[in-house]
Amino acid sequence: MGEKTPIIEVENLSKTFGLLPVLRSVSFGVARGETIMLLGQNGGGKSTLLRLLAGLSKPTAGLIRIGGWQMPKEVMEVRRQIGLVSHQPLLYGNLSARENLDFFGKLYGLTKDERVEGIGAVLDQVGLAKRADSLARDFSRGMQQRLSIARALLHQPEILLLDEPFTGLDQAAAETLEHLVLSAQREERTLIMTTHQLGRAPALARRALILSRGQIAFDGDIATMSAASLGELYASLCGGAAVA
Amino acid sequence: MKTPFRTAVLAIVGKDLRAEIRSRELLSVMAIFAVLCILVFSFALELDRGAREEAISGVLWVTLVFASLLGFNRSLALEGDQGNLDAMLLAPVSRSAIFFGKLLSNYLFTLIVALVILPLMTVIYNSNLLKGWLILTTVVGVFGFSSIGTLLAMLTLHTRSREAMLPIAMLPVALPLLLTAVRASTNILNDAPAREWLLWLQLLAAVTLIYLALCWLLCGFVLEE
Repeated sequence: MGEKTPIIEVENLSKTFGLLPVLRSVSFGVARGETIMLLGQNGGGKSTLLRLLAGLSKPTAGLIRIGGWQMPKEVMEVRRQIGLVSHQPLLYGNLSARENLDFFGKLYGLTKDERVEGIGAVLDQVGLAKRADSLARDFSRGMQQRLSIARALLHQPEILLLDEPFTGLDQAAAETLEHLVLSAQREERTLIMTTHQLGRAPALARRALILSRGQIAFDGDIATMSAASLGELYASLCGGAAVA
Repeated sequence: MKTPFRTAVLAIVGKDLRAEIRSRELLSVMAIFAVLCILVFSFALELDRGAREEAISGVLWVTLVFASLLGFNRSLALEGDQGNLDAMLLAPVSRSAIFFGKLLSNYLFTLIVALVILPLMTVIYNSNLLKGWLILTTVVGVFGFSSIGTLLAMLTLHTRSREAMLPIAMLPVALPLLLTAVRASTNILNDAPAREWLLWLQLLAAVTLIYLALCWLLCGFVLEE
């Protein structure tokens, strides 16, 4: 990590909802082009951390710096660098795939030519070029998730945040999504992904952060770990087992 | 760098219009409700012709307010239920552009309903509601309701009983708009001299502008978590 420039720096980050602390003094850095798997139980603070990194939520205390810009003060500079894929598709069912992407392209300030070219490219990338004019509501869950990735990639962000992207996908759709994640890695994008499926983690990321009760309980290399040993580590830190 | 305000507003309005033309989810519900409301009031006031004539502007505005409440709830639900509002908030656009985009969409839909019920009420209530000044009062008043309604619909979007919360929050706040709109409309319908309704119309425009300014100031806070 030390060899590459850090693109994300998080220092003593805390987030409290009312009296409930969700994140407690979390610190870590992410190098440019690195992929990090964020693991932890439900309510452990994973989604909150991603929302904070995406600028959708403000920290109670601590510092987030993305690409040198400080959040939330300079959030507008950061927004263009971030793409978010949530477990919800974040799409309009009454619009076609192309219309959805065109709308979000306009919100990101892309010109008409950039949108036409970009939409064609991302739809091709996620394998939906032939369904470009179908309504998003007619898509299967897997196709919606692929379109969601296309939406997140349209403005060519450096950082991709994926919040439980495999939720509700069948095996084939999950494999397609895995290929898309690997292709984003080849493009040297920085990825932070949350999942409950520990079996997928070592294949997709070298490094994992395990959040337990709002704190980082583990930050290290998982590339050499088997899914079973990662499961044991997870159980010892979080007191439960994730889906393998 | 932010996406220009105008680009973002037009993108949101265009998206809402396109989705509505395709699904007719909002306009059909609002229009059917408005027509039913007018008919129910008409039947209820059938026996007392005098009361019926005096109540016309009240019926008009109550119908518009309740129909718009349905529309605002549904319009924001379409953003909130699939997390689409988050997708808009992720983009480098100002919160006020998102607010104004939704406001203009809601305004257009409510205005269309208003332009449908004005001729309908003219026929059912046998009174000319297609007067220029009354149409202007409607255009101004609906904008005021749309401003405050859009902001409050955004505020109540993530509350547990959203459908009930919006009317509870909006009706007291919208009372100054409702009062001035009804006073101006009643006097215009009764062919009163201009000095008797112009002040109410000016007051309605002033309240609308004040609410718009307040909504502009507050939308950033409302759209943050």
